[in-house]
Amino acid sequence: MKAHLMYPDRDFDSEAKLSAQQQTLIQDLELDTLFQAMAGGDKLILEVVRRAVTGGLAAPEEILYRQSILRDCIKNPDVVRTLYKIASDAIQKKKDIWWITSGMFLSSVLSGAVNLLQMFAGMLKMLRGVADKHAGQFESEGFSALFSMLQRELDDEYFALLQTHLHELKFYDGILIGAELGGHNQGVHYMLRRQQDKKLRRLKWYFAPSFSVNPRDENGCTDLAKRRDRALNLATNAVAQSADHVCNFFIMLQTELAFYVGCLNVYERLAAKGEPVCFPEPSGCRTRRHAFGGLYDISLALILGQRVAGNRLDADDKELFVITGANQGGKSTFLRSIGQAQLLMQCGMFVPAERFAANICSKVFTHYKRQEDATMKSGKLDEELARMSGIVDEIEPDSMILFNESFAATNEREGSEIGRQIVNALLEKHMKVFFVTHLYDFAHSYYEKELPGAIFLRAGRQPDGRRTFQLAEGEPLQTSFGDDLYAKIFENAPDKPAV
Amino acid sequence: MAFQSILFQSREAPAVHEARAYCKDLNIDQIVNAITAGWKEKDYDLKPLFYSPLRRVDDMQYRQEIMRDLENETALCAVRVFARAVYTLENSMRFTRKYLLSQDPYYCNYLQKGRLLESAAAYCAAVEKLAEDIAVPDLRSRGLAAFREYIASYKDSAAFTALQAETASMRAELSAVRYCMLIRNGSIKVRKYEGEADHTAEIEAIFERFKQGAVKDYRRDLPEEPYAEHVEAGVLNLVARLYPEIFERLDRYCQKNLRFIDETIYAFSHEIQFYIAYLEYIGRFKRAGLRFCYPRMSGESKEISSTNGFDMALADKLIAKSQPVVCNDFYLKGAERIIVVSGPNQGGKTTFARTFGQLHHFASLGCPIPGTEANLFVFDEIFTHFEKEEDINSLSGKLQDDLVRMNGILRQATPDSVIIINEILSSTTLKDAVEIGKKIMEQVVRLDALCIVVTFLDELASCSDKNVSMVSTVVPEDPAQRTFKIVRKPADGLAYAMHIAAKYRLTYECLKERIHA
Repeated sequence: MKAHLMYPDRDFDSEAKLSAQQQTLIQDLELDTLFQAMAGGDKLILEVVRRAVTGGLAAPEEILYRQSILRDCIKNPDVVRTLYKIASDAIQKKKDIWWITSGMFLSSVLSGAVNLLQMFAGMLKMLRGVADKHAGQFESEGFSALFSMLQRELDDEYFALLQTHLHELKFYDGILIGAELGGHNQGVHYMLRRQQDKKLRRLKWYFAPSFSVNPRDENGCTDLAKRRDRALNLATNAVAQSADHVCNFFIMLQTELAFYVGCLNVYERLAAKGEPVCFPEPSGCRTRRHAFGGLYDISLALILGQRVAGNRLDADDKELFVITGANQGGKSTFLRSIGQAQLLMQCGMFVPAERFAANICSKVFTHYKRQEDATMKSGKLDEELARMSGIVDEIEPDSMILFNESFAATNEREGSEIGRQIVNALLEKHMKVFFVTHLYDFAHSYYEKELPGAIFLRAGRQPDGRRTFQLAEGEPLQTSFGDDLYAKIFENAPDKPAV
Repeated sequence: MAFQSILFQSREAPAVHEARAYCKDLNIDQIVNAITAGWKEKDYDLKPLFYSPLRRVDDMQYRQEIMRDLENETALCAVRVFARAVYTLENSMRFTRKYLLSQDPYYCNYLQKGRLLESAAAYCAAVEKLAEDIAVPDLRSRGLAAFREYIASYKDSAAFTALQAETASMRAELSAVRYCMLIRNGSIKVRKYEGEADHTAEIEAIFERFKQGAVKDYRRDLPEEPYAEHVEAGVLNLVARLYPEIFERLDRYCQKNLRFIDETIYAFSHEIQFYIAYLEYIGRFKRAGLRFCYPRMSGESKEISSTNGFDMALADKLIAKSQPVVCNDFYLKGAERIIVVSGPNQGGKTTFARTFGQLHHFASLGCPIPGTEANLFVFDEIFTHFEKEEDINSLSGKLQDDLVRMNGILRQATPDSVIIINEILSSTTLKDAVEIGKKIMEQVVRLDALCIVVTFLDELASCSDKNVSMVSTVVPEDPAQRTFKIVRKPADGLAYAMHIAAKYRLTYECLKERIHA
């Protein structure tokens, strides 16, 4: 029994350790805000979405598989939340009734496992009830498979058989054990034997010779318990493992639904604000596409009260995006929204845009300017280059790298040269590069080259110095309008002493 | 030669001793403890054998031959497996016999009878196996060759073949017994097995569809031994009622075969442990690259020698810490009888003296000893005089105690004795010590016994033609570092002092330069 709501053919790994690269992405793209909104206080959802969003899918079919499931969820939010609750309840009830210790007699483990399976059977029945009632409202391949599996595997006949066996495993009529004589006549090769029906058994066993253990004979009583354990060893294993398997099914179902419940949560919040979302169009990783309208920073949208400015761009067949322009002009926000949209698309989610189409990237990396290293272990440029080298260790062709003011820890000439050497190599190795920079030398040298795959974007600025927070194509300029910012912060600067 | 004992050439074994005084001084007690560490004392009682030197060269050779044979891994392995098996069997059979002879049905039950049968089967198998294994290696020792003959004829004897046949058929009958227990409300009912179905398989089948991925394994490794013997014995009594002929036959079998182990074989299985224990012990040194040899023993010549000997007690500790072991040589020629060891402290002098004693002791047991070659003397006794802590209960002074003990030794010692003296006379003035020391040396010289003296008194080294001087040495460039090599050369206490002085630039030459007028 499998849930298979995240992949058509395998389980989702909710315990995978987040790689350093994933953690960097979460930090640089401000994803924690998004994750908190998705989780809505549910720890499991938080853990699942942290992994799902940063662990992208590589094939368009896998993305579309999740997209269609998510469409079903958006249509049937209550049913999906009911399924999630049944799975969560089953797991919680298990925690309440199931505990074993190594010193326990196996017979106690067995009776505990039998009780657990009886509880699970009830919860499975509820799941099947949901399937019976609502299967028709779902269209996606994933939900159809799940519902029909529940109806097929858990029919009434099987539930009845299961109940009979679970009842027998309580051994109200004693335990029958087959044995042989071992090396010194001790009983060996104990085997649990099935008892015949009641009448026949009474008849046969009534006159059988018997040995009774005095109830005050502690050793003797323990001996009887150990005898039972020896006979129940394999049966206990089968029952307890089955309980584990069923439990794992519930865990898997809960985990995979957690992703979609998280999507629903954020979907409803954005809808309440009137922010648009759309299902993106992924294309193969060898192509180069980036065409979108109304793309905004989803984390910013979740924090801000008012609607946020969106960007539009049609830049197919581009591989180098150089972004320059005004400070606080929306460069970082734009870069974040690019990274976020890529990750959201590649995890099967909707993206924060009116329309969005892009090629899949094999991996996504961010290389952002960092605060000064507090440990004083290395200089700032050292640290930046070390991180760059770490990225190079893991990069694969058709990856996306987002640079944010990288290599500015040294003078412009050197920083530009380092940047060029790195970017040239990356382009040659088929990477998609977004580079936010103030390094004029660096940016302009690419502009002069007139590369067909390069596009230059500039943070907009009204003639009066007001920011538009919109980016437009344009030649890199020498100044980043720091004076504007200075002027804004130090109003009437000439009159006041500089701080 | 009919086989009698693997330790002695005749059954009239010489008396065995407890550890003697010298064993503690020479750390032989530590060595013996280490040798017998794997052999439970109450079971094997091997220690006295390692404290009992032999007196006849031929007796030592009898054992040396056996040791050499057992250095062959095939032979050692065959004998070790057999001896352990037989020895433990007999020890457990003692209890089983006691139970089976008791009238109390609580003890005399079918589990004990089963144990007797099981042990007899193990014994038969062990004898068969040994007869087969021991035929392979080339055995040159008188002892093992005779034992091999003994075991071959025993294996074909009527008594043994009958035991073997009865045991096999009895076990075959019992192993065919099948029964079922119904456990309910504190009682067990028993019937013959009648083809009742395997319930576990049914359970596994019904839960099959939940199976996916790896989950915890709940199976436990449960022993197939009964927890309470009386319950198992009670169940067996019920089983016996279902299969009366088989169990009556088992009763008769046990009466007949209550004692099935041959006494000579049992004695062998005990005595051979002496060899096995020692060879296993020295294995740890051999693995560390140290060598052992079979000493030539003589009851006449006192021209003794040893090459690359070492102190086993110390080497054991050093190897455990992966530190190197320093080997040393000595020899005495012509009239030389006394080795006088002097030189810097912590230089290995006492270790050297202990090695001297240990080599003699273990050689006299017929054992291989540390070194690449050795010629040793058959002593009648070893006397040691090691410095003792001052005894608070003694009213006399330390010097007096020393002299009393020394006097006792010289009164008991014979020309065939070995005397080991370690640092005496340290509690008096140098002048007195030299005087007294020389007098004691004179007595030892007169006695003509073999002797080793560790002393700080250089004068003792050259006071007689019978004396040989040996000195502990240091690394010349760094006198604080010892080599632990003891070499034959004239005693020169100053040599060491000069090294130290040079190191601190306090030699005459140095001071002349350093001190300006």
